[in-house]
Amino acid sequence: MIKIEKRNDVSPSIYFLTPILAIFLTLFGGGIIFFVLGFNPLEALKFFFITPISDLYGFSELLVKATPLCLIAIGLSFCFKSNNWNIGAEGQLIFGGIVGGGVALLFYGHDGFYVLPIIILAGAIGGMIFAMIPAVLKTYFNTNEILVSLMLVYVAKLLLDYLVVGPWSNPEGFNFPETRQFSESARMPTLFDGLRIHAGIFITLITVFLSWLILYKTYLGFQIKVSGLSLKTAKYAGYKGKTMIIIVFMISGACAGLAGVGEITGPIGQLHRNISPDYGFTAIIVAFLGRLNPVGIIFASLIVALTYLGAETAQIFLQVPKYTGQVFQGMILFFLLGSDYLLFFKIKFLGLKKNEL
Amino acid sequence: MYKNFLRYIISVLFFLGVSGQANADFKVGFVYVGPTGDHGWTYQHDEGRKAVEAAGIKTTYVESVPEGADAERVIRQLAQSGHDLIFTTSFGYMDPTNKVAKDFPNVKFEHATGYKREHSNVSTYSARFYEGRTLLGHMAGKMTKTNVIGYIASFPIPEVIRGINAMTLAAQKVNPDIKTKIVWVFTWYDPGKESEAAQALIDQGADVIMQHTDSTAPVQVAEKAGVWSFGQASDMQRFAPKSILTSIIDDWAPYYVERSIAARDGTWKQQDTWHGLKEGMVAMAPYNSAMGSDLVKEVEQLQKDLASGKTHSFTGPIYDQKGNILVAEGSVADDGMLAGMNVYVKGVEGDIPQ
Repeated sequence: MIKIEKRNDVSPSIYFLTPILAIFLTLFGGGIIFFVLGFNPLEALKFFFITPISDLYGFSELLVKATPLCLIAIGLSFCFKSNNWNIGAEGQLIFGGIVGGGVALLFYGHDGFYVLPIIILAGAIGGMIFAMIPAVLKTYFNTNEILVSLMLVYVAKLLLDYLVVGPWSNPEGFNFPETRQFSESARMPTLFDGLRIHAGIFITLITVFLSWLILYKTYLGFQIKVSGLSLKTAKYAGYKGKTMIIIVFMISGACAGLAGVGEITGPIGQLHRNISPDYGFTAIIVAFLGRLNPVGIIFASLIVALTYLGAETAQIFLQVPKYTGQVFQGMILFFLLGSDYLLFFKIKFLGLKKNEL
Repeated sequence: MYKNFLRYIISVLFFLGVSGQANADFKVGFVYVGPTGDHGWTYQHDEGRKAVEAAGIKTTYVESVPEGADAERVIRQLAQSGHDLIFTTSFGYMDPTNKVAKDFPNVKFEHATGYKREHSNVSTYSARFYEGRTLLGHMAGKMTKTNVIGYIASFPIPEVIRGINAMTLAAQKVNPDIKTKIVWVFTWYDPGKESEAAQALIDQGADVIMQHTDSTAPVQVAEKAGVWSFGQASDMQRFAPKSILTSIIDDWAPYYVERSIAARDGTWKQQDTWHGLKEGMVAMAPYNSAMGSDLVKEVEQLQKDLASGKTHSFTGPIYDQKGNILVAEGSVADDGMLAGMNVYVKGVEGDIPQ
């Protein structure tokens, strides 16, 4: 007989150590996979995790990749902490990109320091509004926010498709599905010559700081955490549940929208159909890997970003299939959830009693 | 002992250095937009890469590279890791290719289907797929009973419009009553959407289906429905043995081998290549005998004439949908007009999505 029991006390240090354990298990599991595929595991892991960041350019790319992931995950942590399952960050990112990109096109050819801030603000508001749809539907019509937010991703994707194919397509672009390149004034300034790392990283860092402030130093943060732990307690304490749901979705959507606008004004420089390689979904892994903690999320976003870069490098140098990157992301989540389970529950092996036979 | 060892090391290093200069480590990189197993666009580019490899040149590829912010990094990594020539095989890599080319003047870049050559180390190349469409139009015009030809189109860019027009013109020549119905799917590869589009066209009476998308779904739908179809990019015959009359094959191998050897030997020069049936960049899969030996002979003759230049896909008089003349009688459309083609010819139904 096997019996599963809830553990009563979980030590906080172990709670924050399990993500690191999950990463090590992933490395180990990855090594086995490489070995089975016929590669030297140590060499493959080196190309996967060390080579991509062995020079300044690689390190800058890591930050470019981690910036949107971190930003979205921070926003999601507000939702997840309060038991609101916002799965549609991808859609909020795209919608933020659409609104920000629309403003950028509106200012096409304009110079001036005010252009970029307006675009960034527009992107954040766009994501915020898009995230409010599932929030309002949940609070006033009792719909399931998982389904609504997820399906809105496709709405945003199709809207972007429509815009870049039709009304917003580059008039000199031979009908190719993309807008003009934004003017220089609408581009995120890069920090160093020759590197793609851009000012978006400051937005991310400021957001991380603000969210830490809100979550740990304000009454709102306290309310969010209490409702996450027990909805009944929150109601009993008299917290306004509906307002809070809408607020966390707004924060989450604004972060995703900022990520979208950071991508299109940063490394991409225009709107087309592939502005995000599913950052909004990957950020869910990042949020949980980072334990919904602002500092944890910074590290988690760097690690997950590295799996993307590593997959490319490993393919270039060893011709390892590119999808191993996704396998690694999957393994990290698997080992994290697995160790979480063992963290909160213990499995007891009981001997069979005679009368049970 | 120690001294000898040191001498040995130095001589080995020297030898490596010398052989390195003799281009023993010349490498060619390929960036693909899809998986190598798509049996369409990327599959054919990878066949080309294998030919380069067979010619004794080392190659590397990266598959399924999104056309967003990631493309630039992948191209740059290939350039940085010692690749001397890099083929970027999708339209969306145009700006990233030019951006990276600027920073790596000693690396050669070749971008497929684009039009920007901002630096002297960037070439562009594409194929005159429309010549194959002319052959398809001839067959479709002869084979259709309902006089409706269904066309699954990807994006309203000149390349796709050109194919629709070339096909329609050739079909009209042998069958003045034909109509071309188009479904725009706005994707290059989406088996689900493509098969829905094929079904919709068949429901509207089309008994010949052709596609400017890359999956094998449309030919499979055609096979089931018992209508004729044409394969795209690679020989798709085995996916619809009864239905497929032929496939337009993109054969990049000769070009890739030629350009790789040129780059290795230092004779590579910037150019804009647009090859067709003549050079073999566009090739036709074996013709289905179900269309009858007379028609097969006709088509084979037409293929020869297109290759030799005796016949041109766009020979006047050509009219647009409203009846305005596009190409005068007795003349042919020039490459500039073909490259920017953005109107339908007479006989195509509907409007180009704007």
